[in-house]
Amino acid sequence: MSTPAPYKVYMPPVPEEIRGGKAQPLLIVDKLRKYFPVRGGVLNRVTAMVKAVDDVTFEVQKGEVLGIVGESGCGKSTTARLVMQLIKPDAGTLVYDGDPVGAFRGISVSALRRKVQMVFQESFASLNPRLSISDSISYAPKMHGTPRAEADERTERLLRDVGLNPAQFARRYPHELSGGQRQRVNIARALALEPKLLILDESVSALDKSVEAQVLNLLVELKQKRDLTYMFISHDLNVVEFISDRVLVMYLGKVVETGPVDEIYRNPRHPYTKALLRSKPSFDPAHRTTEMPLTGDPPSPLNPPSGCRFRTRCAFAESVCAAKVPELAATPDSPPQHEVSCHMFVAGSGHSRAISGGLS
Amino acid sequence: MAQAAQTPIVDVRDLKVEFRRREQSVAAVNGVTFSLMPGEVLTILGESGSGKSVTLKALMGLVPDYAHVSGTALVAGKDVVGMSKDELRKIRGPVVSMIFQEPMTALDPVFTIGDQIAEIIRTHEGLSHRAAMKRALELLEMVSIPSAARRLKNYPHEMSGGMRQRAMIAMALACRPSVLLADEPTTALDVTVQIQILLLLRQIQKEMGMAVVFVTHDVGVAAEISDQVAVMYAGRLVETGTVYEVLSERSHPYTEGLLSSTVHGGMKGQPLDMIRGQPPNLAALPPGCSFAPRCNQAAESCHRVDAPSVTLGPGRLVRCIRAQPLLAAE
Repeated sequence: MSTPAPYKVYMPPVPEEIRGGKAQPLLIVDKLRKYFPVRGGVLNRVTAMVKAVDDVTFEVQKGEVLGIVGESGCGKSTTARLVMQLIKPDAGTLVYDGDPVGAFRGISVSALRRKVQMVFQESFASLNPRLSISDSISYAPKMHGTPRAEADERTERLLRDVGLNPAQFARRYPHELSGGQRQRVNIARALALEPKLLILDESVSALDKSVEAQVLNLLVELKQKRDLTYMFISHDLNVVEFISDRVLVMYLGKVVETGPVDEIYRNPRHPYTKALLRSKPSFDPAHRTTEMPLTGDPPSPLNPPSGCRFRTRCAFAESVCAAKVPELAATPDSPPQHEVSCHMFVAGSGHSRAISGGLS
Repeated sequence: MAQAAQTPIVDVRDLKVEFRRREQSVAAVNGVTFSLMPGEVLTILGESGSGKSVTLKALMGLVPDYAHVSGTALVAGKDVVGMSKDELRKIRGPVVSMIFQEPMTALDPVFTIGDQIAEIIRTHEGLSHRAAMKRALELLEMVSIPSAARRLKNYPHEMSGGMRQRAMIAMALACRPSVLLADEPTTALDVTVQIQILLLLRQIQKEMGMAVVFVTHDVGVAAEISDQVAVMYAGRLVETGTVYEVLSERSHPYTEGLLSSTVHGGMKGQPLDMIRGQPPNLAALPPGCSFAPRCNQAAESCHRVDAPSVTLGPGRLVRCIRAQPLLAAE
């Protein structure tokens, strides 16, 4: 209707919030790898390798919750630590919002840690027992040059946001708080630098069920209020289903299946994902689990099986599974985001149950 | 299964355990009453600090010396409360035995699995070492440990978590106890291993006709294993009944809150119904009903007067004033 303004349009510098653009994944993890050497013998030579994380590739979209599930020793926590650069990856690249991490013309590791924060499982062990709650929360902002008054004001606001009354809690020390309250403090501290991505590594696992529900509700509320993105790591399949948009299933350092949460939970493809979901205790005493979905414990990541790592516990394992490592790829009859790494879903893989034809 | 005029194998009346220290005394268990028939599985469901583990330990006389225990706890007809150390040693194993949450700390790291199991059998049944080792091998096979003969010579650190838990179950079953106490035996395990252990326990319990008192905080585990469920809060049983009754009727507000705050399938996209606040401090319990400060249906009187326990049926008990009208309605 109105005629265009005659003056020149002013283009402000790209603000931090949209620097990579909306469609740019917040985090791209490509072929991340970490092998821990095991030393032994008289000369202390490397005798074996623990393949903790082996060529793990995934993306985290802006504003989503990516759930990572798997049994103990599957590398989910190591993946989190590698993303935070708490341990140095052996190989692989990380791209944060379009900028490669630790590379020339990229984002530095210290700048990354301002944007990505982490909340751990042990609420007590991750707080400094000699710092009061408010000092713990305001420590990082002060170290990053925020004026004292502003940092204290932010601390108060954060405490209120996580549901703790500042007048009551700010001067207390970690041992004076309950587990749920301490975990709220940990969340407040993680948010103190106003990060974009929060990595929650088993953050609700140590809490009682009634308190766990409180913290889960808080996480959902904070995510909406502050436009956050979560990487949510847990062994609790029900909690992951509740909070996640997309799920990554890991087994012995490898991603075996990934996809939208409903797809994974309603229509799992990989034999491991199926067994994992069937292992959930049923909440109905009239329909109890009667068959063991899997036998035995997960094998040690020390010298894992060749080919597909799940083959030693898989009911469908054949010779091709030992010979070739299956690639993580979309199946012909599922949405493209649903990827699975199993020879049964690759046409012409040599597996007797391999799907026929379809897209190559 | 139901034989007429059976006597309960476990009969606990008004059990109280108080930890008395110089500075303060903590009332961990405040008058717990329940009974269990042979061959039944009772699950005590509760959060940390509710007194569920202490109740279990009291049944085996495993509470420390400064704990003050009162009431009666009949296990296979004998009162465990006030039993001497020698008497306790005699019943631990053949009458009542226990499996713990952390098999690594419960097993002795400097003896092989076989030696540890054989020791129990030799002590209680006076068998030779060789005969005891043979029994140990059978036990390991019963708990489906693969290549059992080789595992007999393993030390605990050489086994995985699931294997260790199986070994501990084998050890607890060594003298065929009539009552097995299980203190969160699957909490530290992965889900795929947890379900294996639950199925194993269920199968062995049926075969041996053993009574099991199972303690857990996980509603899902309770639904998988129990015949009877007792919900515990602040040292008291707030609701008891069969697993169907407790999980579907949920007459106590705490049971209701606990079940609706437990995340399971199909709860996505909606805020969870949660219980406000934290469990009470056992050293300073509130007057009146202990759950009243967190209860969303508390009446004014709940904060002053303790809730009565209302019997809704045989073995069906609810400790709440709201349960009385329920009874009147029937």
